[in-house]
Amino acid sequence: MFSYCTDPNALSGLTWLSCYLTTGKHMAFYFSFGTVLLLLAITAPVALLFGFFGASAARSHILPLRWFGKTYIALVRGVPDIAFFLFFVIALDQMIEWTRHKILCPEWTEPVRQGNDFVVCQAAKMPLGSAPQWVHETYGFTLAVFTFAIVFGAFAANVMFGAMRAVPRAQMETAEAYGMTRRQAFRRILVPQMWVYALPGLGNLWMVLIKATPLLFLLGVEDIVYWAREMGGSKTSKFTEYPHGDWRMWYFFALLVFYLCFTRISEIFLERVMKRLTKGQATTGGEAQRKAPA
Amino acid sequence: MSCWMTIQDYGLRAVGIGERLLPREDFTLCQQFTLIGSGMIWNIYFGAFALISGFFFANALAMAKSARSPWLRKPAEWFIFIFRGSPLFVQFFFGYFLFLSLKQVFPIFTPFTAAWLGALVVLFLNTSAYSAEIFFGALRSIPKGDVESADAYGFSGWPRFKKIIWPTMLRLAWPAYTNEAIFLFHATALVFFSGFPAWQQKGDALYYANYFADKTFNPFVPYPILAMYFILLTLVVLSIFGLANRFLNRHLPQEARRKIKLKMNVIR
Amino acid sequence: MNKLLLTTAALALSASFAMAETTRLGTEGAYPPYNFINDSGEVDGFERELGDELCKRAKLTCEWVTNDWDSIIPNLVSGNYDVIIAGMSITDERDEVIDFTQNYTQPDPSGYLAASADVDIKNGVIAAQTGTIQASFVASTGATLVEFATPEETIAAVRNGEADAVLADKAYLGPVADEDDGLVLLEQEELIGGGVGLGIRESDGELKATLDAAIQSMKDDGSLNAMIEKWEIGVKF
Repeated sequence: MFSYCTDPNALSGLTWLSCYLTTGKHMAFYFSFGTVLLLLAITAPVALLFGFFGASAARSHILPLRWFGKTYIALVRGVPDIAFFLFFVIALDQMIEWTRHKILCPEWTEPVRQGNDFVVCQAAKMPLGSAPQWVHETYGFTLAVFTFAIVFGAFAANVMFGAMRAVPRAQMETAEAYGMTRRQAFRRILVPQMWVYALPGLGNLWMVLIKATPLLFLLGVEDIVYWAREMGGSKTSKFTEYPHGDWRMWYFFALLVFYLCFTRISEIFLERVMKRLTKGQATTGGEAQRKAPA
Repeated sequence: MSCWMTIQDYGLRAVGIGERLLPREDFTLCQQFTLIGSGMIWNIYFGAFALISGFFFANALAMAKSARSPWLRKPAEWFIFIFRGSPLFVQFFFGYFLFLSLKQVFPIFTPFTAAWLGALVVLFLNTSAYSAEIFFGALRSIPKGDVESADAYGFSGWPRFKKIIWPTMLRLAWPAYTNEAIFLFHATALVFFSGFPAWQQKGDALYYANYFADKTFNPFVPYPILAMYFILLTLVVLSIFGLANRFLNRHLPQEARRKIKLKMNVIR
Repeated sequence: MNKLLLTTAALALSASFAMAETTRLGTEGAYPPYNFINDSGEVDGFERELGDELCKRAKLTCEWVTNDWDSIIPNLVSGNYDVIIAGMSITDERDEVIDFTQNYTQPDPSGYLAASADVDIKNGVIAAQTGTIQASFVASTGATLVEFATPEETIAAVRNGEADAVLADKAYLGPVADEDDGLVLLEQEELIGGGVGLGIRESDGELKATLDAAIQSMKDDGSLNAMIEKWEIGVKF
C-alpha cells in the first residue's frame, strides 16, 4: 500500500508492521468485518419478521396453521444451529434450482438426480453459470442471511409467542368492550403492547445472534473467523513476503475485542430502547417512570 | 453384518470401547445411527457436568454481582461480561491455547489439553456466566412484599436467604434457565468441531456425522440423524426441567403455576 | 437490500445473453504449495498457474472460487462450481462419487514431520487433518491418531508436543521443515493414494474430455514438468 513496501524483507519494526497490516489480504480481513455487520443488519429484521409470523401462526385459530407454527418453533429450536447450517444451505440451494428447473425447462426429460449428481438445465442455475463472481458471492450471502433468519426466527417466534400472551387480559377485554373485532384488537392493542414484554427476550436473542456469526464460514461466506485463521497460521517465506510464526492468538484476540465492544454498544442501545418503550405502559417500569419527577 | 452386531461393535465407540476401526464401507443407516448415537454420550457428558457444576458457581457469581462491596461486584461483572460478550468459538480457542501453555510450565495441566477436561472447563465457565446473569436478573425482581413479610416473621441473614430469597430467585429464573440448559447442550457440538482435537477418532455426535458426510459425500443423511438425536435430547431436558419447575412451584394454585411459566420467556 | 437484489437479477438476466459460460474452479486456498491465498488476497500456487494454463489451452473462461475442504465435494456435486482443483488425490472412495481427470502430479508419498528424528511412529501419537487420506491411514495403523480441523493446527501440535509427528503430503511439509530448525522430516514415507487429479461431476463427460486433453498436451510439451519443478511438487513425469 505504501510506497516503501516494495521490499518488506528489508524493513523492520513499525514500518514492517504498517506494510504487513495493509496487504490486500488484510484489506479483505477488514472488509469481512463489514460483511458480518451487514449480515447482522439484514438478518435481524428478517428474523423478526419470521418470528412475528411464526408466533402469529402458533396462536392462530386455524388448526393446520397453528401446527405449522408450533412445529417450526419446536423443530428449529431443538437442533443446534451448527448442525442446521451444515446441510441446510446446500438443501436450500438445490430446492431453489429445482423449482427454477421445473418452471424454466419443462421440456427437459433427463432426471435431475443422476447418481450422486444434481443436474439442472443451464437456464435454471442459480446464479447463472456465466454470472460474475460477485453475483455468486451475493447469492451465497443471501442464502446465509436466509438460513440465519430461519434459525433465529424460530427463537424470536418463541419470545413473541410468550410476549403476546403476557399482554394483560384486561387490555384485550377493554378492546372488545369498545367493539373492536379480533383482528382490530390484535393490530391496535396486542401488537403495540407486546413489544415491551418481548424486548428483553429479543435483546438477548440479538446478543446470541452476534455470537453466532463465527459460524458464518460454514455457510461459505468468507467471514472474520475464516480470515483470522487463514492469516494467523504460520507462513513460510516461500509463499509470502511477510513470513511469520503462529500468530493466530493475536488475530483471535482482535476478534475477541471486536465482539466485546459490539456487545457493550448493543447493551447500551438496548437499555435506551427499553426505557423509551416502557413509557406509558401498564408495567412496574412504566409506573416508575410516571411517578418519577420530570 | 446385522444391525445388532453393529450396535455391539460401535455403540460405545465414542468412549473407546468396541471396534477400533471406524466403518470404511457400506455406511449403512444402522452404522450411521449407531455411531452418531454413540457420539451423543459426549454431548450429554459435557452438557450435564457443565450444567451441574455451573449451577453452583453461577449462584455464587449472582450473589457477588449483587453484593455491595466493589471487590466482589466488579470481578463478577467483568467475568460475566467477558464470557457473555464473546463467542464460544473464540473461548474454545483461547481455552485450548491457555491450557497448552500452562501444560508446558506445570505438568499438572496435561489432562486439560484433552477435550474431556479442557472443554468441560470452558463450557463450565461459559454456562456459569450466562446462568449468573439470569439468576442476577431474578434476584432483582423478587417481589418486595416477600422480603418484607420475611422480615416481619423475624427472618434475617442466612435463614432469610435460604428459606425465602433463594427459592424465590430460582422460581423466577427457572424458565430462562431451562433455555440456557438447552443452549448449553447445543453448544457441546462445537467442542470437537473447532476447539479440541479428537483422539483416536473418539468424538461427539457432530464428529461422527461429519465423518459420514465426508465418507459418503452426502450431507443429507448424517446431519438430519444428528438433528433428530438433538431434538430428542432437547425434549428430555425440557421434561426434566418441567418436573423441577413443578416441584419449585408446588405451593401455588394450579392456575398461577402455568402463568409463571409463560411470563419470563427470556432466553440467555 | 431490495435494490441490490433487483440489480443482481437484472444483471444475471442480461449476462446470460451476452457472455459465454464460465467454468468455475473450486479450491481450498490453504494448502501451499498446491494452493494458497497470497498477500494480495488472491488464489495462488502451483494449481493456480496450472489451472490458468489449462483454461487457456482448452479455451475456457475460468473463475476461481474458494471452498472449505469439508464440503468441497458436496458443493461440486450440487453444481456450485464445475471443477475441483485442490490437491485432491485420486482415491477409489472419491472416484465413486465424482470423476477424475488423469493425474497431473505423480503419486506423492506422504511424509512425517517430527520434533526429533528418533520418534516412534509405530506406537506414537500422530497428528493429521480431519477427513484426509492420511487420517484414515493412521487410524488403520497401531499409532494413536489425533485429528485437527486445519493443517496449520497439526503442525502446531507437533511444535507444542501434543503429537509426536504429523503425517501429510511431503510437498506441504517440506517448506515448513526448511524454515523451522526444531522440526525434521523423517526418512520413513507412506505411499497412500494416487496422484492428484481434477475432480469433475460424473455427468460432465464433455468437460472431463476437454481438460484431459489439455493436461495431456501440457505433459507432452514439458510445461507441466516445468511447473512441478518451480513449485517443488515432487517427482516429474
